Parts: sequence; structure tokens; C-alpha cells
Amino acid sequence: MSKQEERNISEKLMVELRDVNKWYGDFHVLKNINLQVKKGERIVICGPSGSGKSTMIRCINRLEEHQQGDIIVNGTELSNDLKNIEAIRKEVGMVFQHFNLFPHLTILENCCLAPIWVKKQPRAVAEATAMEFLERVRIPEQALKYPGQLSGGQQQRVAIARSLCMNPDVMLFDEPTSALDPEMIKEVLDVMIELADEGGMTMLCVTHEMGFAKTVADRVIFMDAGQIIEENEPHEFFNNPQHERTQLFLSQILQH
Amino acid sequence: MKYELQPMLPAPSSTTGLLGWLKRNLFSNVKNSIATLLIGYFLITLLGPALQWAFIDSDWFGDSPAACTSGGACWAFITNRMDQFMYGFYPETGYWRINATLFLFAAAVTWMVIEKTPYKGYVAFFTLFIYPIIGFYLLYGGSFGLEVVDTHKWGGLSLTLVLAVIGIVAAMPFGILLALGRRSEMPIVKAFSVIYIEFWRGVPLITVLFMASVMLPLFVSEEITFDKLLRALIGIILFQSAYMAEVIRGGLQAIPKGQYEAADALGLTYWKSMLLIIMPQALKLMIPGIVNTFIALFKDTSLVLIIGLFDILAIVQSANSDTDWLGYSTEGYIFVAFVFWIFCFGMSRYSQNLEKRLKTGY
Repeated sequence: MSKQEERNISEKLMVELRDVNKWYGDFHVLKNINLQVKKGERIVICGPSGSGKSTMIRCINRLEEHQQGDIIVNGTELSNDLKNIEAIRKEVGMVFQHFNLFPHLTILENCCLAPIWVKKQPRAVAEATAMEFLERVRIPEQALKYPGQLSGGQQQRVAIARSLCMNPDVMLFDEPTSALDPEMIKEVLDVMIELADEGGMTMLCVTHEMGFAKTVADRVIFMDAGQIIEENEPHEFFNNPQHERTQLFLSQILQH
Repeated sequence: MKYELQPMLPAPSSTTGLLGWLKRNLFSNVKNSIATLLIGYFLITLLGPALQWAFIDSDWFGDSPAACTSGGACWAFITNRMDQFMYGFYPETGYWRINATLFLFAAAVTWMVIEKTPYKGYVAFFTLFIYPIIGFYLLYGGSFGLEVVDTHKWGGLSLTLVLAVIGIVAAMPFGILLALGRRSEMPIVKAFSVIYIEFWRGVPLITVLFMASVMLPLFVSEEITFDKLLRALIGIILFQSAYMAEVIRGGLQAIPKGQYEAADALGLTYWKSMLLIIMPQALKLMIPGIVNTFIALFKDTSLVLIIGLFDILAIVQSANSDTDWLGYSTEGYIFVAFVFWIFCFGMSRYSQNLEKRLKTGY
């Protein structure tokens, strides 16, 4: 029985990309991307560097602008309208490779900022929520410190908590463990696995952690040169890759 | 194999304490020792006579040059005219008005500068929005039973402070807007900011002041008369905001792209992300540059003497030509330099203190 059936993912589409094309100047970075992500689904996106995987997920919350095609998030189509973009960003959380915590604010303030200023929550409510999520990522005791005082792994867990405080429907992870020391990768992956196990959260994760993909993903997407080359559930993807390029990629990263 | 943690040992005494410091910094090798001794010798031979002149052989009080008999500095020239140097030609009965304005300002600033005072927000609001009104009526008068003191009577240190403080406080917000404008993606906003900044940076302040005071009245009809001080102030603000904009732009460019992206991704609007995320970090980086600009502005205010406003330098200079007190211009200029230095040094020290206090990156 596949994981999708076990968890009874709803048929509702949370994120949809239709014939999305994007260029950086003359360089065609995304070529006719079509992707449908159902509510509660967990997608891992992998591929060689420069294949457009980060660009693709950054288009979903308009950190990058696509030039052709449609991107629809939870029923709202991304357009140039600022209100529209802000509405989508409220529902889409993002975790970055380099954490991007705000260094002038404490951990708690980092987590409360958007709920207070974007969602207009009272400070006390925002702080209570923030503490709850900090506890879930297992660093409530660091709440009053500044980001610079924390290790990379701790900072990334704070970044995850900060995104969760906005109570998003979709979480985007842009290589969340690539900038971490080897000792710290596990603590971040553990938090992400926990989040996945709770169910309900739609996750799109760009990562090279194949172990994570095997345990968590409902679907693995392989990209190369701006295209989606292959898309399959993890067992099939790793054991029976269809495309030559995928086979080469897997043989290279799984050797060690 | 087991190993034990070794205890921490104290550093060798030759590297700590006064002797250690002397050895490391002044006498670390033969060349350094010779340089130290030579510089020490020159300092003593130069400083000795200067101190002798300024303090030991000096006269501090008196009504006329006759009081200066000791052969050194004649500070009586300064003390005798202190009122004029401070208040210009402001009527003597109104000195309390300047004192009150200054005292209120000093109190508000001290309140904000001291690290752990409560209600900083309210005091800042008062200083920025209510104080200017109080200050205006106190200094200029015209209401609350205070008689009008025309701005051509203002002068001395109080005029210098009015020019510098208003120039600094008003140039800051304009500078921020211009800096954001120059980084904007909207072509018209950007073009306006670039042209504005490049224009004002391209002309000397002295020209701006001349234009404001001499040329402007030629172009507008005679019925409209702008106050000369107001014109100088507007010129200074327009000029200074261009410099401020470039300092601020430098700070904005130093903020990593990831900070903008994280703020965007959380759904913050442009103004909120600027106000809450980017500006607080950028301003911290900009402190040295901003204070540098402030200090430059403070000293530049002395240029207003060419359009006939009597700031502290101008008023001391005019006192130098007083036939009763001829020959004491050295004391006058030293006094002016000292006053400027005190204020500039104060700003510099405060900025260093602020940098330390705002440091959150470890």
C-alpha cells in the first residue's frame, strides 16, 4: 500500500504549476514545468546543481517571477498584483539554505514578527504560539538569545519554527541542510520528519538527502536543465529509475 | 588511552599589566624604542610652552586688555564676551528663552542617550514633533506673551546649534527616502532620486547658500520675503539629504539578499520589511558614516557667515576686529576650535558607544 493511500491525501490541489517558463536574461531556466501537489502531499525535488529546482520552488512564493504559464496556490493564481502575492506568501512558509534569520532580533522576536505585523495577532498570542513551536523544534531555552549565538542546526530549526508560526498551508524547503555541518544535519532532518509525520502539511523540499526522501516523500521529482525529467514514488524512483539521466545522477550520489 | 583536560594557566606576566603594555607597544624593539623616545621628546618640547601659554601664564577675567598682564593667553577676551558668543545679538532679557530651549533639548537627548531609561518612545515622539513647536515659540516668540525676536538677531553658538540640529534631524528622513528611491525599481522614482542626489552632491554648499540668500530673492517678487535663516536652513537640508542618502544606500547594499527574501517570504509588505528588518540592520552598519556626515554638517554650518548670519565662528571673527580688543584673535580661534571639537568629539564617542551597544552578532 502506498503512503498516499495510508494517509488519505485529499484530492484538493494545493500547488499547481502549468506550463511555467522562466528566463534569466537569455538563459532559459525553467522549461514547461507542470506540477500538481495535493493538499498534505510531500514532495522531494532533487537534481544536479543548476537544474532549476530552487528557482522552481522560489517561483511558488514569488521570490522569483515566472514569465509564462500559471502558478496557482490554494486556489489563488499568482499575478503581479501585490495584494495577491502577499496573500499567497501568508499561506506559504519558506526555509532557506542559509537560514536568513534576522540577526538584530532575538529568536522569540524572529518568530513573533510576522504573526504580529502581518497577521495582526496580539503580542501575547504570538509569543505563546512561538514558544509552542520552539518547543516542538526543541530549543525553547534559546528564545531570548540572538541568532548569532546559536549553531547552524539550531538556527535552521528556529527558521522552521518561524515559518510555522504563520500557520502556513504549504512549506517550501530550499536545501535546508546544505549549509550545515555534518553533525547538525540530523537534528534538522529529525524536525522535518516530525513535521511530515504529523500530516496535513504540504511540503515541497529541495534536498540531496536521499535517506530523507526515502522515508518521507510521497513523490520524488528529478530535474535537469530546467525540466522535470522524472517523477515517481520513492521506492520506484530509487530502485527502478526510468530515465538515463536519473540513473547517472543516482549512481553518482549513492556511491558513497 | 585516557586523557585529562589540562587546567587553564595564567598568561605570562610580561604580556599583561602596565609594564607588559609598555613593552609590547612602545619598546618592542630597538627601532620602536628610538621612535618612542623621539616622539616623546618633541611632545614635551611642544606641549610645554603651549600649556604654559594657555594655562600658567594666562589671564581669565577682566573688562579690558589691561587685565591681561601675565604675558600668556588673554582668555578675558572670551569670558568678557561669552554672552555674545553664545547668544549673538539676542536681547539680554530673552537669554532665558534660549537657555530653556537648549535645556529642554539637552534633557530630551540625554534621556534617549542613556541606556536604560523608560518611555524612550514617548520622549522621541516629543523631541521630534512637539519640541520643535515649543522651541520655535521660545526662540522666535510671537505667541504666549513672548515678543518676537527676529532671526537676524540670532547668533553665536545658539545659531550654530539651531542650524546643525535642524539640518541633521530633517536631512535624515529625506536621506532615507532618497536612498530607498535610488534603489527602487520604479523608473521615475529612481530617476528623480539619482538626479537629485547627483545634482546636490555636485555643487559646493557655499554655492547653495549664496543661491539661497542672494539669487533667490532676485527671482521671486518683492512682496514675498523669506527669512534669511529659513532659506539657509532649506539649502542646508536639501544639500545634506543628498549626502545622507548615499551613506544610507551604502548601508542598504551591505544587507544580504537573504534578509530581503526572508522578509518577503513571511508576507511582510515593502514598508514593513524596510522598517522592521532592513533599516534597523542597515542603520547599525551606517552609524560611522552617518556620524561622519553629521560632524561634517556641524562644521559646515560655519559657512553661513558668508551670507551674513553670525554663527559662532562669524561672531568671534567680528569680535576680533573690535578696536578695544585688538590682537587676541588667536584666543578667539582657539576658543571656536575648542567648542566645535567638544561637540564633534561628543558625537563621535556616542556613536562608538552606540555601535557597541547595538552589537548582536557574535
